[in-house]
Amino acid sequence: MATTHTHTNIDVHHHDDHEHEHHEGNFWTNYIFSQDHKVIAKQFLITGIFWALFGGALSVIFRLQLGFPDMTLEWLRPLLGGWITPEGKIDPEFYLALVTMHGTIMVFFVLTAGLSGTFSNFLIPLQIGARDMASGFMNMLSYWFFFLSSVVMLSSFFIETGPAGGGWTVYPPLSALPQAIQGSGLGMTLWLVAMALFIVSTLLGGINYITTIINMRTRGMSFTRMPLTIWAFFFTAIIGLLSFPVLFAAALLLIFDRSFGTSFFLSDIYIGGEALANVGGSPILFQHLFWFLGHPEVYIVLLPALGITSEIIATNSRKPIFGYKAMIGSMLFIAILSFIVWAHHMFVTGMNPFLGSIFMLLTLIIAVPSAVKIFNYVTTLWKGNIRFTSAMLFSIGLVSFFLTGGITGIFLGNSAIDIQLHDTYFVVAHFHLVMGSASFFGMLAGIYHWFPKFFGRMMNEKLGYIHFWLTFVGVYMVFFPMHYIGIAGFPRRYYSWTNFDTFSGFTDLNTLVSVAAILTLSAQFIFLFNFFYSIFRGRKASANPWKSTTLEWTTPRNPGHGNWPGEIPAVYRWPYDYSKPGAKDDFIPQTIPYSETPESNLPHENELIKLETNGDGAIVIEGSKH
Amino acid sequence: MSADIKELKIIEEAKKPLSMNPKKFALWLFMMSVIMLFGAWTSAYLVKRADAGWAEIILPDQFWINSVIAVLSSVTMIWAYLAAKRDNIDQLKIALALTTVLGVAFLAGQYLAYGEMVALKQHMTGSNVSHSFLWILPGVHGLHIVSGLVFLVIVLVNAFKFKIHSKSLNQLEMCATYWHFLGGLWLYLFIFLILNP
Repeated sequence: MATTHTHTNIDVHHHDDHEHEHHEGNFWTNYIFSQDHKVIAKQFLITGIFWALFGGALSVIFRLQLGFPDMTLEWLRPLLGGWITPEGKIDPEFYLALVTMHGTIMVFFVLTAGLSGTFSNFLIPLQIGARDMASGFMNMLSYWFFFLSSVVMLSSFFIETGPAGGGWTVYPPLSALPQAIQGSGLGMTLWLVAMALFIVSTLLGGINYITTIINMRTRGMSFTRMPLTIWAFFFTAIIGLLSFPVLFAAALLLIFDRSFGTSFFLSDIYIGGEALANVGGSPILFQHLFWFLGHPEVYIVLLPALGITSEIIATNSRKPIFGYKAMIGSMLFIAILSFIVWAHHMFVTGMNPFLGSIFMLLTLIIAVPSAVKIFNYVTTLWKGNIRFTSAMLFSIGLVSFFLTGGITGIFLGNSAIDIQLHDTYFVVAHFHLVMGSASFFGMLAGIYHWFPKFFGRMMNEKLGYIHFWLTFVGVYMVFFPMHYIGIAGFPRRYYSWTNFDTFSGFTDLNTLVSVAAILTLSAQFIFLFNFFYSIFRGRKASANPWKSTTLEWTTPRNPGHGNWPGEIPAVYRWPYDYSKPGAKDDFIPQTIPYSETPESNLPHENELIKLETNGDGAIVIEGSKH
Repeated sequence: MSADIKELKIIEEAKKPLSMNPKKFALWLFMMSVIMLFGAWTSAYLVKRADAGWAEIILPDQFWINSVIAVLSSVTMIWAYLAAKRDNIDQLKIALALTTVLGVAFLAGQYLAYGEMVALKQHMTGSNVSHSFLWILPGVHGLHIVSGLVFLVIVLVNAFKFKIHSKSLNQLEMCATYWHFLGGLWLYLFIFLILNP
């Protein structure tokens, strides 16, 4: 084992030299087809930001329809062309496509690839003390598969029948029959192709993340000394590795149903009075396969955000994270539970009520580890020496959304109440808060916090505050009213309610939601300006601007290929030694041995020094090591 | 006490964390995702089979021959590994070439089995879902066999370049792991289909 590891190190160094030789002029290998994890992370980040804006813009278009049903949208014709009807309204089928693509883009392209892709790639090698990912080539492939998938998905906006329109969950038979709606035609084919490519990208990335975390840690970086971000990325990657192949299985069967005439998901369908030839399939089967991915996907989206938040809250409260092991345990528990609750999305598919009760029980148990996490965040903040940086504000915002959104999860997880609430705006409000906004805030917090490491400069804090408050208030104004609309029974995905007497109320509330949505999206342009301006003109960052303990802050301001110019630092302590009693500073980096901090060591930590110095060959004289 | 420590300038040695070859580890993770893929399909198969209107499948006899070929190819793979370990490069080449030939024979056999299925009127489309499954499971497994064959050919070429020997076994070990896995996956699918017609 030792020999194989040496071998990898040699490999990296060799690559290092290689890179230096061709450093100048080779734009393609340095910035486009780069195998450096930091460049790949930036590629994911920029692509993710593009998709976030795109997905956000789609939501504003359909919010215009919902909030202002009488408004003429003639002014959108230059952009949308034939998708604006002659009366100046959004074409109803295009409305479905908008909803579908908003969901797909946000869940997969922004909050999976944009979040995990960015921060797992960037932080894993930097925080565990590795030169790069286990396989830089696979990592590069992961991004380019994602890029290809993005291109295919985007291209579906430029075809005559428009993008997929069957909802982001693409339930058959609607999605399986091209003759059903326009959005089940070529757009759906492109959706499936894009998703297949996306799954390949996610698996390549995930395999790399897990391998790197387990095998490439620096000396001293035991599992219990890993920052919680790394733990979160680790669980996320495992969940992805186990659940995405199942979506792939479902998507492939759907492709066969659509294009080759099999009947996995189709049976007894009449179109225009004519029976289709397909018999024997079961659309419910698709839902089982889909949600076996779909529910873990929620945690693929959320866990990285929670990990990022743990790190930021501890750093900016200047306190050790409360319950480090409980945090790991709760993430593990959530990861396990995420695989055995999928049928709570299917309570009203006619499943056996007894089975429903079991899934309800398992679902409600998730409240326990989730509550542990919230409790730990609050107790970390409690009596902390809090610094309200932009990243910290967004992290606290995440905790707020996770709580408010999580509580409605207890309602929805109840199989009896779900009969009323299923497929209403209550569900929309729930998951937009707990998974959408919470993860989005985690992503923004991460960008604000690690921006100095990404680009060597600081983002503007004032603009960050304005961005936070507008977004935070905006998000609540968008999603809080939706709970009421949902309890009143308004179904999601409907193009218009004014045609039904039952649903003619609440127009004012819907208008409010739409206005808030437009304001929230507009606030993101403050962030965009701040982001791009700061890349070039921001204040230059110091090496460790947040006075943080983790390894990434021991690198130079702009870490080059290989991350550390000299030897990789060793790790001697856990990552949360903030405000340790007796210590000189209010933080002790992970690279400081206990022997150098006798003033703050706890008794058992002094024991550790003694133990090590007594061992054979374990004595290292300072200076020869550093 | 603290002054002593400062004078001595002794710092504790950081322990090397447990780790294995990252590439091998990545291969195991990949196989895990393949297991989930086929796990999803065989679960879907079982769920569907419990529904009304399931037509029992008749397995082509060719599958038995193919299974024997799969097992044989694993045996030759073990032979190749042992030969490389003993630095017996000639035997290594023969064994790897044999494994590759057996792999191709397996694929050809699967093709014959498809023919047999057509003769039994178990078509991919237009008949029962059970028959569609009978096409897809060996089909996607066959695609994985193709990927395994590509890997095998790479290893075979390296063996002819004398790049594989007892000091450089990683690539061969990974190829063998993957190949045994694919063989095992086939046996799982075959036994699964026998038990749940």
